[in-house]
Amino acid sequence: MTSNLIVYLIAIPLFSSAALLLAGRKANKWGHLLGTLASASSFGVGAYLFTQMLAQPAEERAMTQKLFTWISVGSFNVDASLLLDQLSICFVLLITGVGTLIHIYSISYMSHDLDRRRFFAYLNLFIASMLLLVLGDSYLNLYVGWEGVGLASYLLIGFWNQKPTYATAAKKAFVMNRVGDLGLSLAIMIAFASMGTVSFAGIEEAAPKASTTTLTAIGIMLLIAAAGKSAQFPLQAWLGDAMAGPTPVSALIHAATMVTAGVYLITRSNFIFDAAPTAQLLVVIVGAITLLFGAVIGTAKDDIKKALAASTMSQIGYMTLAAGLGPAGYAFAIMHLLTHGFFKAGMFLGAGSVMHGMNDEVNMRKYGALRKFMPITFITFGLGYLAIIGVPPFAGFYSKDMIIETALNAGGIKGILLGSITLFGAGLTAFYMTRVMILTFTGTKRWDDDVHPHESPILMWLPMAILAIGSVVSGYLFTRGDALVHWLEPVVAAHEHGEHTYLLPPIVVSGLALTMVLIGVSIAVMMYVRRPVENVAPESVSALTKIVRQDLLQDAANEAIFMRPGQALTKTLIAVDEKVIDGAVHGVGTMAIGSGSGLRKSQTGYVRTYSALILVGAAAIVLGIWVITQ
Amino acid sequence: MINYALELGQTAQPEAVLFYILAPLAVVAAIGMLTVKKAVHSAILLAWIMVTLAIFYIAQDAAFLGIVQIVVYTGAVMMLFLFILMLVGVDSSESLTETIKGLRWIAITASVGFGGLLISLLGRATLGRSTAGLSDANAEGNVEGLAQLIFSDYVWPFEVISALLITAAVGAMVLAHHERTVKRVSQREQSQARFRSGSLAAAAGLPGPGVFALHNAVDVPALLPDGTPAPTSISATLKARGDMLDSAQYQLDNNDNAAEDK
Amino acid sequence: MDSANYLYLSALLFTIGAVGVVIRRNAIVVFMCIELMLNAANLSFVTFSRINGNLEGQVVAFFTMVVAACEVVVGLAIIVTIYRSRRSASVDDANLLKR
Repeated sequence: MTSNLIVYLIAIPLFSSAALLLAGRKANKWGHLLGTLASASSFGVGAYLFTQMLAQPAEERAMTQKLFTWISVGSFNVDASLLLDQLSICFVLLITGVGTLIHIYSISYMSHDLDRRRFFAYLNLFIASMLLLVLGDSYLNLYVGWEGVGLASYLLIGFWNQKPTYATAAKKAFVMNRVGDLGLSLAIMIAFASMGTVSFAGIEEAAPKASTTTLTAIGIMLLIAAAGKSAQFPLQAWLGDAMAGPTPVSALIHAATMVTAGVYLITRSNFIFDAAPTAQLLVVIVGAITLLFGAVIGTAKDDIKKALAASTMSQIGYMTLAAGLGPAGYAFAIMHLLTHGFFKAGMFLGAGSVMHGMNDEVNMRKYGALRKFMPITFITFGLGYLAIIGVPPFAGFYSKDMIIETALNAGGIKGILLGSITLFGAGLTAFYMTRVMILTFTGTKRWDDDVHPHESPILMWLPMAILAIGSVVSGYLFTRGDALVHWLEPVVAAHEHGEHTYLLPPIVVSGLALTMVLIGVSIAVMMYVRRPVENVAPESVSALTKIVRQDLLQDAANEAIFMRPGQALTKTLIAVDEKVIDGAVHGVGTMAIGSGSGLRKSQTGYVRTYSALILVGAAAIVLGIWVITQ
Repeated sequence: MINYALELGQTAQPEAVLFYILAPLAVVAAIGMLTVKKAVHSAILLAWIMVTLAIFYIAQDAAFLGIVQIVVYTGAVMMLFLFILMLVGVDSSESLTETIKGLRWIAITASVGFGGLLISLLGRATLGRSTAGLSDANAEGNVEGLAQLIFSDYVWPFEVISALLITAAVGAMVLAHHERTVKRVSQREQSQARFRSGSLAAAAGLPGPGVFALHNAVDVPALLPDGTPAPTSISATLKARGDMLDSAQYQLDNNDNAAEDK
Repeated sequence: MDSANYLYLSALLFTIGAVGVVIRRNAIVVFMCIELMLNAANLSFVTFSRINGNLEGQVVAFFTMVVAACEVVVGLAIIVTIYRSRRSASVDDANLLKR
């Protein structure tokens, strides 16, 4: 049975990670090779399992592998067991595939870093955790992976923790993720309390019998979890700072895989959200807000990685929105997730390549005219660019177009509103991505004299090229004959064919979307090609621009809403602690000292004093007897 | 008490006479123990109390205990006390002024309360029957009766106590044993040290006590050639005890004058 | 005569012994006072033996004597040891507990 291969998906990178961490400096010479090999082997196992699944009829493709009984307490039984179904395999291939490419890229990108071995150990740890996240057959197993990727993300964001700001960024990401993690743990607890099980299958079975309130509560908690991990509103603020990590990390964790875990969680929990319309509506709202939020931030960022991060946030907003649209949207959410995994990872690697050639400069205002110096980077990045803004026949066109279409067809005011938002988002995406392209690759050169831009070595551009190919063809492959939709059908419930009334015919929607893209591109061209770009950000800008530059005041809002009251609360608690609790503790101590030094005076050290006291005591006892027997 | 006195007056039992003579003496001796200065006097008074108690034991049909009391206590234990007094207590006459403030008053008040309450309790206690007497128990003789008990019912405590006694003997030996840390100084070495010391006076040895031809008791310091008394000539023990006479009265000058006067 | 008189005597002697333990400074005298207290207790045992008409009280008194002998032997050995190091038999000089 092939199902007992599933564990190797996780075990290989986990073992490699442990080996790299434990071997220490001895492994410096070959550590990166082992890490890459582990990731590639995992991909090989995944690909083999995929072919095995293809050979099975649709209903029998899901496989489970029970590893051991993890928790067995009374009626509460959790097995550490893995579930590989049509949904998981998509993620497995994305994680291991893109992961392997990024491992290869990192060999070159990190070659000058003294700690490259540790970097690969963390990458492997991430791969293992992420695979556990998508392969767990219960929320509790998923939770382990969920925390594992959080840890790996923390370690990798803070990889260069000698810089305090980077360490702070890592801490910020970790703390904000904890808020989401709390949501997930609460969801698990509610599920267990109300249904007595935490496995996907068990809850799917029990969900129809559960009350809507319970399901809504679980749904909202899961949404909080997803928002934390996927940088969705209102827990989005950490993603921009997470760019402190090395660029391959941004590509793998904060673009292609980990941040999409929230979308996976919502899709996986379709049976809950489908039965809890309120929670589902909230998912849509969160997705819509984040979509615009990220896109707007993206328009004002001069840091290339932060612009891409804002774009990631926005694109995940698309996915969340799609996932919130129910059975009609799950498949498109996953599709966009996969295509996004290709083109965004490719673009991040491209950004890394640019930084590599530009002495790690990230400010796009100091780029310009790099097309001539980095042709391969320009082409691969350009292909990713075309994919993300949704130009046919590139991948993004198919997936985003489907989401816009589904949003429009959601029905009524909701449909029109969501359709407009997604269309507007598409326009914004076109604008800010064009801006990135123009600032980086065209125009006049604005870099300093001591910078000598050059093309990256093959180990770096090869993964970029492969990902670029993926961003070109994946959309077509997924939509050809609704391949992905049919593939996912057994997991995310049947796609209701032809049931919904089309608000607009698909061709018109595509036309609208392309028009929006065209408008966005044109504005960007007008702003950044016609006018010269200054190499420092202009100060005399509108108040709106200033606000957008500050990430729409997301940090200020967090500080005002959570940090300051939290600090005040902490200060109060400290005061209470010092005055009341410490006071009590010290009071007891002082009392003991006082009574001790008082009593000490009675201790003369003379035996006769003690014997006199014994005599007095004996007299008192006799007196007692005398009184009692009276 | 009045009743007892009346009873005494009426019956004049020999035991009552014995008791009323000896008991006050014992109490007086006990109080004396606390008030005399010298430890050795205390020891003598204690011995007296113990003998009194031995008599009371015999009077109460406990002949064996009475004898043991005399043999073990007044014989052995008190002798042990006197030996130790000789060893360490030569200067053991102490001033009876209390050094710890208020202790004496606390002790006396507490003990008066303690004793008074105890006696009052005893007076209140009633047995509910008259004294049984030991004539039955001692039918086969007091010693035989005790022996039967000790070697039957109380054989285990008896064995334990024998072990305790042996342990105590060993313990006393361990405690009192004094390991010599320096080599014992021989007589020869002592003599050499005397001759090599600064003054030849030391070589001659200490003067013997007593004033030759007039008073040669050991408690009189010798007179040096210049007529001054030499305290070094008498035993340190006597000095510590204060048993030292003034040798000035036996000085030759005084006696010469006395002779002339005669 | 009532046997209770012996008990009164015993109580008196015991109390006097206790006072002696407290007020006398010479360790040897203190020891003698303890002996007095033990003897007073013995007198009570012998008297109770007579009152109750069996010999068990006398057995206990006998054991008490043996224990008292042990105690004297060890106690006096301790006094000798202390005297050796401190040149004093006063219980007030042995006040290391204070420091």
